[in-house]
Formats: sequence, structure tokens, C-alpha cells
Amino acid sequence: MTTILGIETSCDETAAAVVDDGRDVRSSIVSSQVDLHARYGGVVPEIAGRAHEALITPVVAEALVEAGAADSDIDVVAATCGPGLVGSLLVGVAAAKALALVWDVPYIGINHHEAHLYAALLDEHDAEVQFPLVTLLVSGGHTMLISFEGHGRYRLLGATRDDAAGEAFDKVARYLGLGYPGGPVIDRLASEGDPTSVPLTRAMLDDGYDFSFSGIKTAVINWVRAHPEVATADVAASFQACVTDVLTHKARKAAREISAAGICLAGGVAANSALRERTLDICMEDGINAYLPSRAMCTDNAAMIAATAWYRLASDGPSALDGGADPNLRIDFLN
Amino acid sequence: MLVLGIETATPQVGVAIGGHEGIIASFHTTRDRRHAETLAPAIRFLCEQAQMKLSQIGLVAVDVGPGLFTGLRVGLATAKSIAHACRVPMIGVSSLDLTAFPARFSDRLIVSTVDARRGEIFYATYRRAPGGIQLMSPPAVDQPADVAAQLMATGAETLIVGDGAERYAEVLGGVRGAEIGREGLRHPNAGALVELAHARALREEFVSPSEISPMYLRAPDARINWQQRERS
Ligand SMILES: [Zn+2]
Repeated sequence: MTTILGIETSCDETAAAVVDDGRDVRSSIVSSQVDLHARYGGVVPEIAGRAHEALITPVVAEALVEAGAADSDIDVVAATCGPGLVGSLLVGVAAAKALALVWDVPYIGINHHEAHLYAALLDEHDAEVQFPLVTLLVSGGHTMLISFEGHGRYRLLGATRDDAAGEAFDKVARYLGLGYPGGPVIDRLASEGDPTSVPLTRAMLDDGYDFSFSGIKTAVINWVRAHPEVATADVAASFQACVTDVLTHKARKAAREISAAGICLAGGVAANSALRERTLDICMEDGINAYLPSRAMCTDNAAMIAATAWYRLASDGPSALDGGADPNLRIDFLN
Repeated sequence: MLVLGIETATPQVGVAIGGHEGIIASFHTTRDRRHAETLAPAIRFLCEQAQMKLSQIGLVAVDVGPGLFTGLRVGLATAKSIAHACRVPMIGVSSLDLTAFPARFSDRLIVSTVDARRGEIFYATYRRAPGGIQLMSPPAVDQPADVAAQLMATGAETLIVGDGAERYAEVLGGVRGAEIGREGLRHPNAGALVELAHARALREEFVSPSEISPMYLRAPDARINWQQRERS
């Protein structure tokens, strides 16, 4: 068994987790700084950096205690090395390397986006996961349709041409006066609304694997302007259904085309109820596997970092101790 | 007691190990702002040269600034993680104390500086005292011209040291009775950090990692990096 301590400090969460063999999550501590940044309406890099420095040691300590892990149990220390805010990333990278030095174990730097892909495979026995998979990486910053062909092997099938799916949720929520972040509020409201009440065109439905959400967002806003009497819950339900239809339609098309063994969801928007239900239905209908990360694993956490490290260690070995952080790190696609 | 010293407040990365017998090993490198890349290999190299393991350390000393924010955070995250994993206490020392310390044999007023970027310097003043130096004015951040005006007003003979003094040598060196200290006094010294911390440790002035915080001396710049926000 390989026990990995994972550390995540790429944005505004200070997180640490202990995971065995890439799947058994023994602890996952996430200390959010949302309150610190709320008054600015976004993440302030210097405030984030200061908070990470103050929180990193207690969060790591808590992750070890909650896992019931002695220092000597840790076989590898992993940290997110990009993408993200460089001043934040470096706090996690420095802490991880220091611990690796003291414990005399390997250090490994992990790509945050790749870790989101692996969040869906937590709890899965690696020998039982069949490839290829189609992964829908949907967050506030990204909408990507990826062919997950094997461990560490990814091919980009399509991406958004304008807004990310999560961004569209935030913008619609802001327009409806629902606050930030918009995803969870729209999700909750939508459960009480009629998804057919607002007529919305499913943008670029049969147009390859790229997405466009800017038009859907604008159509929603225009429709509400013209029909001010409409119930907010109905708007939320209609918008959510439209985005879900587009996302799952393309994921299904891709899964059929590459004869995928399953569909995975990843990223913050993967916590959306409608998207999860529709994905499960599609996979059931098509007789393929559905890999949905638990809601806690959709947003930023360190368990996904520790899990990914287990796979990367097997394929690439440890990272050098003189590695830094790359704020613009990308997934290394095959295409 | 073996003390590990970590110093990353300026473009320099400095590490040292020492104890009763003085400094056993030390290493300094200046690879502008690449603290995170350099620090961990430097500590490993230091341990190899000193023929010891980190687990033998009894205290971790760290430069708490003022200085480069990211450098400080890399140093503190590293130092705290080592102290925590080794279950040993810590001592924090100011970068300005460390820069002034090598000038302790001067009878002049010692002005210790660290380049704060954006046209400012961090600085504090010291006097020679039995066994070392004594802080005369607390660490502050100001424009070099304002610091020069303050020094002019004191009329004292001054020795101005540190990379802030070097960068603004023209402004600060123009003060009557002032001399800019050059070679060897430019950056905080990790050996001085270990010596100072060792002396303080004998007086049991150590704390736990959670009690150590960086000395920023500047409020965070509340500029939002929207591009980065979107990416996460
Ligand atoms: Zn993320």
C-alpha cells in the first residue's frame, strides 16, 4: 500500500488530504478563504498568499490526525504545482518539499486540472476502470470534453468558444440577483421550477464537440427582460436544463463515437444535480459506466491531488526537488 | 542543540546549520526570486555536507522579514513544515536584524535596509551593544528620500547596510556623515541567523510554528486578478 499526503493551494482553498493507493480517502481537509475575499468580489492574490502561509501547517497537521496517520506512514508527498496563483501555489509546493525532505520520501508536483479528472475515479479500483472514458471537465474557468484514453493519456475533443459553463451559471445568477457563486443557488431553485417554461435554443448541438454558452446566457437575460413576471425558479430550471442538454448530448455523442466504456464528470459544475442525473440516465440507457465524483470532490480539494499523484508516480516517478510552480500549466494532451 | 537557519527575504536564498561549536555548514545563492526552486535542494545539500539528518535538528530559525513577500512565504512554509515534522520549536528573526548584525563592531548608528521594491525600502536603526546590536527604531517602510531626510535630522555618523542602501546609494550616501556599507553586508546572512537564534534558544526564547508570522509591513494590494480567478 502507498500512502500519499496531498496538498492543494492553487487558489482560495488551503487543503490537505491523506489517500491510500489513489482511491481510499483517509482524510480530506479543506479550509476555505471565501470569507476573506468576499468583500472584493473575487480572489485577491496577495490576501490568498498570506492566508495559505498561515493555514498550511495547521491544515496538514489536521489531515494527518484525521487520517490517523503517523508521519512514518506517509510514503509520498504531493502538491499542486499549477495552474493557479503563483504566490499561492508556491506555499503548498514549499511545504510539500520540506515534508518530503524531513521524512526522506519522494515529492511529486501535480497538475490541478488533471487532478480534477481523477476526482471521478476516487473510490474506484484502478484495475477495474475500463478505458477509454469521456470526461466532461466543467468549472467556472473551463468547459472541455476530453477523451480519457488511459492513465495520463488525454485527447481534447472540444472546448467552449466563449464562456465556461460555470461562468454562465454565475452570470445568470448575478442577473437574477441570486449572488455568487451561482451554481449551487440555481441548482436549488431549479428543483422547484418548470424546465420547459422558457424556450431556449440548444446552441451548437450538432456542431462538433465545441461549446458556446454565451448565447444561452444572453437568451435567458433577454427573455426575462421581455417577461418580467416569470418565476425565477422557472428561469433557473430552464437555463439549467438547456446547459445540461448541450453538455450531456455532446458527451453522449463522443462516448458513442469512440466506443467509450463510460462517462466521467469533473470540476465544480459536476456537482450540479441535473447534470448528474442526466449523465446517469444516459449511461444507463447506453449501457456504459458513469463516474461521478462525490460533491465534495468536485470542488478544489487535496484528495484528488493525492490520488493523481499515485498514478503519476507509477508512470513518471517523483518530481525533482528543484521544481517550482507554473501558473499557466496545461494538461498535456495527446493531440 | 543543532539549529537550522532559513533565510529567503531578499533575492538571496541562505541556509545554515550550527550549534555550540558555531556554524557547521552554510550556503547562499542569489538566483533572483527563485526561492521555491532553490531552497529545498539547498537544505538537502547542507545536510549532506554537514553529514547529518534533518531529524537531528533541535530548532528551526527563520528570517521573518520584512522582504519579498513570496520569498518570505516560501521560507516560512518550509521552516514551519520542517519544525512541525521534526516536532521542534522555532525562532523568528527580522531580516533587518540579520543585515545589521555583521556591522555590530561599528560605533556608528547602523541603518539596516532591505529593498522593498516600488521605490521604497524597509529599514530599522541599531546601535552597538554588549554582545551584539540594539534596536533603536522599529522596522518601517518608506521612500529612500524620506529616510535620508530623517538621518540628516539626527546628524549622527551612520553606516547604512543592505540591498536597499545599495540600490539607493546616491540618495542615502548623500547624507552628511553617512557611509554605505558594501561587500558582505548586502543580504541577510543565514550564519548570523543561526548564531542569533542559538543565543536566544539558550535563553529559551523559542515559540511554536503557529506563533511565527511574516513581517509584511504593507497591507495587501487588493487588486483582483480576474484572469487567474477564471482559470481555477
Ligand atoms: Zn479547481
